[in-house]
Amino acid sequence: MWEIIKTATPQLISAGIKYSIPIALISFFFGMVLALMTALVRLSHKNRFFLIVKGIFRFYVWLFRSTPLLVQLFIAYFGLPYLTIPGIFPNGIKMSPFLAGILVFSLNTGAYGSETIRASILSISKGQWEAAYSIGMKKMQVLWDIILPQAARISLPPLSNSFISLVKDTSLAASITIPEMFEVSQQIAAQNYQPLTMYCLVAFYYAIVCTLLSFLQSYLEKITSRYTIQ
Amino acid sequence: MIRLTNVNKTFDKKPALNQISTEFPENKVTVIVGPSGSGKSTLLRSLNLLERPESGQYQFNHDFDIDFSKPISDKTILKLRQKTGMVFQGYNLFAHLTIIKNIMEGPVKVLHQNKNEARKNALALLDKVGLKDKANVYPSNLSGGQAQRVAIARSLAMAPEYILLDEPTSALDPELELGVLKVLLQIAKEQQSMIIVTHNMAFAQQVADKMIFLEDGQIKFDGSAHDFFTTNNQRIADFISAMTLHEIK
Repeated sequence: MWEIIKTATPQLISAGIKYSIPIALISFFFGMVLALMTALVRLSHKNRFFLIVKGIFRFYVWLFRSTPLLVQLFIAYFGLPYLTIPGIFPNGIKMSPFLAGILVFSLNTGAYGSETIRASILSISKGQWEAAYSIGMKKMQVLWDIILPQAARISLPPLSNSFISLVKDTSLAASITIPEMFEVSQQIAAQNYQPLTMYCLVAFYYAIVCTLLSFLQSYLEKITSRYTIQ
Repeated sequence: MIRLTNVNKTFDKKPALNQISTEFPENKVTVIVGPSGSGKSTLLRSLNLLERPESGQYQFNHDFDIDFSKPISDKTILKLRQKTGMVFQGYNLFAHLTIIKNIMEGPVKVLHQNKNEARKNALALLDKVGLKDKANVYPSNLSGGQAQRVAIARSLAMAPEYILLDEPTSALDPELELGVLKVLLQIAKEQQSMIIVTHNMAFAQQVADKMIFLEDGQIKFDGSAHDFFTTNNQRIADFISAMTLHEIK
């Protein structure tokens, strides 16, 4: 067994560094940009233009929260090549597995993250908005300088959870042929006929990454909580 | 001079301000009193445009002449807010910023003051309200009285023409209240124009140049502090004694 672990470990770590971790980091980054945009649009005023944009973002959040991540990956990678748009995509929407993975993971993380950020912004007291407005700050200044820094502290634990979930969910990328850690473990198991050892080994490496992220979360929470009651 | 003419504001079709016409003189302290729900805070917040009356005129010196029945430009709103500093009952200090940064935020972000200059001014203001040693702590570590004094300093940092104080001591126990009142008396002596909503009659009598008594969204008294506290009007006399009794209790 030790021989198997010794042989498989470098390949698993290499797959993690090349695919699992980059997919998680890039998707989380784009997911958070999308989440913030979605949350802000959904909290914006109700003029006619924003009502339409709001409707689009609401539909997006509903769609990605109501369908399984695995199905979303299959649609993006195996389904979209059959969607032809004359003039734009005459031969269907074809993407590399990596790009399809990033796209779906970003959209999925963005949909869940937007609800977390929206709730965090709503939890900041009205008095904070009013105090900032009363000194003549503009709406965007109030948002960036006063509200979002406080909302960030509140949303840190749930968003950290989302990131940890995302790291584990990257294993689903195996289903669209991305050679990330789980896909590599499957390939090795198919060669050495040791599925139990291989899947336990890959689970162990996911657990290590997630544990390290939990420590990082605790550290960040400590830093961002420096202004709460001591 | 702030002048309001026939200002009206409703909440859910109920009148909160009903044909309000009055003036708030410069370099004087105007105190607004009245029973709960009489429209005092709504009136004060309307001066900072945190509330938007539906009709009436709002004249601010010769700088602004606002007709509430017409849209108000963002530029006017921002400029007017810079000239009318607001102090809230619940302090509303920015929870994620240290005390000194709370005070510097407006001057740096709104007035585009140099950071060093803003820091120097902020420290001088903290000294004035007796909290220089708290410059680098967060609001959560202050008592209510200290937080309110910081809120006053934050308002002063913008060098507003008027400071509007919405029940600044209502949330404080008497001991903490005293510290805040001392600071306000000091500022009043310096001829800072102030408009204060309060239930504290002893403080009002001490600080007010002008009194406004509001009831059911209407001004029932508008005159000098001396006239207010020596009035023969039974309703006002009853109100003063009820409030004074409340303070003694």
